[in-house]
Amino acid sequence: MTRYFTDEHEWIEVEGDTATVGITDYAQAQLGDIVFVEVPEQGRDVAKGGEAAVVESVKAASDVYAPVTGTVVEGNAALTDDPSLVNSDPEGAGWFFKLTLGDRGELDGLMDEAAYKAFVATL
Amino acid sequence: MTETLAEDELEPIETLSLPLDAWHRANGARMVEFAGYHMPIQYEGIMAEHLWVREAAGLFDVSHMGQLRIAGPNVVEALEALLPADVAGLGEGRQRYSLLLADDGGILDDLMLARLPAGDPLGEGEGAFYMVVNGATKWDDMAHLRERLDDAITLNLLDERALLALQGPKAVEVLDRLVPGVAALGFMQAGAFDWNGAALWISRSGYTGEDGFEISVPEDAVEALADALVAEPEVKPIGLGARDSLRLEAGLPLYGHDLTPETTPVEADLGFALSKRRRDAGGFPGAERVLGEHAGGSAMKRVGVIVEGRQPVREGALVVDGEGAPIGRVTSGGFAPSVGQPIAIAFVPAALAVPGTDLTLLQRGKPHAARVVPMPFVPHRYVRKGAPK
Repeated sequence: MTRYFTDEHEWIEVEGDTATVGITDYAQAQLGDIVFVEVPEQGRDVAKGGEAAVVESVKAASDVYAPVTGTVVEGNAALTDDPSLVNSDPEGAGWFFKLTLGDRGELDGLMDEAAYKAFVATL
Repeated sequence: MTETLAEDELEPIETLSLPLDAWHRANGARMVEFAGYHMPIQYEGIMAEHLWVREAAGLFDVSHMGQLRIAGPNVVEALEALLPADVAGLGEGRQRYSLLLADDGGILDDLMLARLPAGDPLGEGEGAFYMVVNGATKWDDMAHLRERLDDAITLNLLDERALLALQGPKAVEVLDRLVPGVAALGFMQAGAFDWNGAALWISRSGYTGEDGFEISVPEDAVEALADALVAEPEVKPIGLGARDSLRLEAGLPLYGHDLTPETTPVEADLGFALSKRRRDAGGFPGAERVLGEHAGGSAMKRVGVIVEGRQPVREGALVVDGEGAPIGRVTSGGFAPSVGQPIAIAFVPAALAVPGTDLTLLQRGKPHAARVVPMPFVPHRYVRKGAPK
């Protein structure tokens, strides 16, 4: 398993041909209290950099982009009942959706954890 | 991930710092630009701060707002020519919510007006008034006032004073401990007090729906006063984020969002701000239009709505009819921590402004079911004492 990060503060963990996507701890801290998450439906095709989900804090709505192209196989149903999972466990139980990878080559442009930490340190 | 809805209005001009800037940062605030100033948006989190205010007491820094002192000959008549309030009937130490109106009756700002007592702490001379206006509009307000007030009337921006708000059910016991006597004030009453040699002007008012106080304090004493207040176990510092969710739950309109120059007092459901004597006599800007709407109703009306589901519907969403055509709009909206679901303020055709009416709101192409409900969403807990308003 390998975890990658985007400069839009999504993480993607790849296992074989599938991957799990969420937002980073940095992102959830910036957003504050999460009150609603809209995850994509199973079977939806998402494009790298395209809108894939919506996360709403008390104050604002934000789009979550797909880190890579693929087909959604599952949205995290637990977020419907408890959106605050994104605050309490953003890089674990607060994941947003799983997809099958459309183009593994797209992973090459993403950051690894060390690079992402260095990137966040500059913000 | 990118924010699609800005949470504040960025000003293109230089952003200024207020007297408590370093204090906020030292207390862990996240700062944002608001109304031209660096302001605290939150400390520990909007949800926790919001609920703390409803249960205990929260300290807000609202020093970005404009504190004005207006004095001079015929100042009562001069103010009545600009506001629909019964200024003449406002006793010393009494405060009232009012509106600065344009000649067509549109709302230029909403404000608090108090009559200062003789020997007031804010200036020399008698018969003066104290006005608090919104931060984003204060320069325009001052230009508007200066242009229309006689030259003999002085208009001073009290920019050497900070403004704190202490809000919540425990605010009175905390503040009376530090400033004995404030508990005797009733809602919308104000008075001069001393704290460690600092001349304070305190009103029992606020914009959260809770009991509480607004405290005008010399800027060189504000940090010590803020320290003294948060040293009390009932008090935590609260950011602008929770101030907004609290005022939304209280059903209170926000200038620049729910109130604009295109909004009239009757449309905005602020008929209570039209004093009876002024309704009878008129003589304020836009009186013909405003009084016509007061008697016969306005086409649009500000209402509160409860949104079904969990997703907040925010400012800018449309109210649509059965065919999807726009018939109104949401002017404030968000998740209501004390209600536990999304709520909003919307302007709708008057025929739909009836509690129980079902509405459809359209946000980013997605319909949301909503229902008109009476405001406030959370009951006000003002402490009224003494003479009737």
